[in-house]
Amino acid sequence: MSYLYAAYIATWAIHVAYLSTLLRRYIRLRNEIAEFKGREER
Amino acid sequence: MKRVFPILAVLTAALLSYALYEALVVAPTEQTMGDVQRIFYYHVPSAWTAFILFSINFVASVVYLIRRSNKADIVALVTAEVGVVFCTVVLVTGPIWARPVWGIWWTWDLRLTLTLVLWLIYVSYLVLRRFSSSGQTPLLAAVLAIFGALDVPLVYFSIWFFRTQHPQPVIGGGGSIDPRMLHVLMINWLAFSCFAALVCWSRYRLEVLRREVDETLALEALLEPRGSQSRTSQTWRAG
Repeated sequence: MSYLYAAYIATWAIHVAYLSTLLRRYIRLRNEIAEFKGREER
Repeated sequence: MKRVFPILAVLTAALLSYALYEALVVAPTEQTMGDVQRIFYYHVPSAWTAFILFSINFVASVVYLIRRSNKADIVALVTAEVGVVFCTVVLVTGPIWARPVWGIWWTWDLRLTLTLVLWLIYVSYLVLRRFSSSGQTPLLAAVLAIFGALDVPLVYFSIWFFRTQHPQPVIGGGGSIDPRMLHVLMINWLAFSCFAALVCWSRYRLEVLRREVDETLALEALLEPRGSQSRTSQTWRAG
């Protein structure tokens, strides 16, 4: 049973890790856009 | 579009939860392997999803080579990235199943080795796209993707044409499967396919936005006031 849980947890750990990299990239991009807009306004 | 995405995300989360319940509770326990066999409901749908994503990557790469379409290039990048994630799941869950069933984590069996090669090809594809700054990168990546896609049918059919340690295909091959197990397998495949489609959609939107920002910044650098450009030339003249 522990192998079964290990496999399921590993699967979701991989997906969550990838989704968190997507989120990090999105936040970085949003900051770049905000910085660019701030420069435009100045 | 902004309203559709959260609705689809909630529906996919519900489908994934239902598929998990089916895999852990509803599916009958296999007679010889016991509960460890339930890893199959995550391992096989992940493999099929990875194969589909790599096939889409192949088509998008061919379209890019013919039309030089920016959209096709983004689709190729996105499907390769998400495909690698699903292929990683296959390579991790496989050994976790093999340890209690075969008594070993890994063997250099034809299917296992070809799957590892497939993963390495697409990881190198992503490394090429990430670190090469040449204008030819999408073209080189498209060519690499076409060679990489040749490995997909090899992986899939390796257990049909060669004697390997990997179990025989349960659908259309030499093996057979209980109809209730097949039902759970299909529900899990549907759930993971919906999840992959949603992740690809998010990644596609992110990449489109990324390229728009890069283009705007490049344009801004080009249209910079002359004063800031002449600073460089003044330095040259002074030197």
